[in-house]
Amino acid sequence: MIGALRWLFFALIVRPVLMVVLGVNIRRRELLPSTGPAIVVANHNSHLDTLALMAMQPLSRLPMLTPVAAVDYFGTGAFGWFAKHIIGIEPIDRSGATPRANLLDGAIRALDEGRILILFPEGSRGEPERFAQFRKGIAHLAKARPETPVTPVFMHGLGKALPRGSYLLVPFNCDVFVGKSWRWGGSVDDFMAELEHRIAALAQEGDFPAWE
Amino acid sequence: MSVLAPQVLYAIGGIFGLLFIATGIVWTIDRRPGTELKLRVRSWWMIIAIFTVAMVMDRAISSVLLGFLSFLALKEYFSLIPSRRIDRGILLLCYLAVPLQFYWAYIGWYGMFVVFIPVWMFLVLPATMTLIGDTKGFLTAVGTLSWGLMMTVFTLSHTALLLAAGERHNDVAGGAGLLLFLVFTTQLNDVAQFTWGKLTGKRPIIPRVSPNKTWEGFLGGLATSALVAMLTGPYLTMMDWRWSALAGAMIACAGFIGDVTISALKRDLGVKDSGGLIPGHGGVLDRVDSLTYAAPVFLHFLVFFFMAEQGG
Repeated sequence: MIGALRWLFFALIVRPVLMVVLGVNIRRRELLPSTGPAIVVANHNSHLDTLALMAMQPLSRLPMLTPVAAVDYFGTGAFGWFAKHIIGIEPIDRSGATPRANLLDGAIRALDEGRILILFPEGSRGEPERFAQFRKGIAHLAKARPETPVTPVFMHGLGKALPRGSYLLVPFNCDVFVGKSWRWGGSVDDFMAELEHRIAALAQEGDFPAWE
Repeated sequence: MSVLAPQVLYAIGGIFGLLFIATGIVWTIDRRPGTELKLRVRSWWMIIAIFTVAMVMDRAISSVLLGFLSFLALKEYFSLIPSRRIDRGILLLCYLAVPLQFYWAYIGWYGMFVVFIPVWMFLVLPATMTLIGDTKGFLTAVGTLSWGLMMTVFTLSHTALLLAAGERHNDVAGGAGLLLFLVFTTQLNDVAQFTWGKLTGKRPIIPRVSPNKTWEGFLGGLATSALVAMLTGPYLTMMDWRWSALAGAMIACAGFIGDVTISALKRDLGVKDSGGLIPGHGGVLDRVDSLTYAAPVFLHFLVFFFMAEQGG
């Protein structure tokens, strides 16, 4: 039942809005993982990032797609229910109530169930269209399941369409560049360097107009 | 369903015939799979199919589809140009101008149609920006947004006005006849110019803007367009063969200017294509670049010589 609602929400609302109102240009869509377990990492500009990354993939993949997000941000009300069941997030507890060692348990379990995790290692959406420091949770996740392929994605434009703190959706074409996947190589620092290098290389592909 | 004159249907049939021949030629001379030229031909099928559906439908639906095309062109333009974060609301205001402008066209309110963007929007945009109060980058923002509205909304909305005006003034084949004449001549001119240029082109016209445009291509396209317009015009429009040839030549010149104007914009911004929506063509602006000049020139040519009582 909720699966059907989720399908309808993406088929009838998210996909038409992204295709018609916004317009997404994707390079190398075929590099996105078609089956789990897999991890997709992207830079974070807007509320729309998660929805866009999910909607640009075939609807048949929807049951596998699981964005990882902070639980406190969404709360426990209707918004929280919506985030958990319709968007289908896997919550991470930032409050400190969960012991550090167990923070990633839910995400690891999701990988073991064969899901495709979507992660934004910048944490909260920083200044739109600017990179924030990547957090290391992603590296610990890759370390826990070293066979999982990690696919880097760079997104541009959604932060202009709907930046943080704004409720005014302004149509812009958005760009999404998908890179080749890689795997855990044995060290957290190396993994983070690799991640930053790969996303920065993808960002270099675009020639984006100034937005101040 | 609006009643289409039979010659409009014959013309559409003829276009599909040309498309079949072009597809056959391209597939014969180009054996490699998935080349740019093949992608372009494939996209032509899509464009002409959508355009045909838009033409045979009710005029309200045709106007909505033409307005949507204009919206896509405006969105592409806004995505290409540098803009200020503070102008997000102003951009939304510009988008709002699209349905209004196409509505004036649909109801045939010529007086409002011609002043809405170049008077009202051009006054309202800088006024709103001033009231918001950030003067840094003010002139650039006013200039780029106003010109964007002009090129993607005002000029392209003339296609919808052509549909409305043709219903009243074109006894031969109605609004659909006029629009078909304009769009067919413009797109034929693009293809003819490209082909003449490829086969015989030597002397560049404006190498600093568009290195592939040559005098041979331009003149070959002009002659082809005038000739074909001379043959089709009397069946689709209220013009006789002489006026039709003149209109064809004007459309060819205007189309060329529209094409290189968008090229100048892209060159200034350092991009090759305006977008990636149409495989083999680039973006929407890449495909409608010629129409941005050809549509208003053709409509006001008709207003001046054939619809004098409508003016103002």
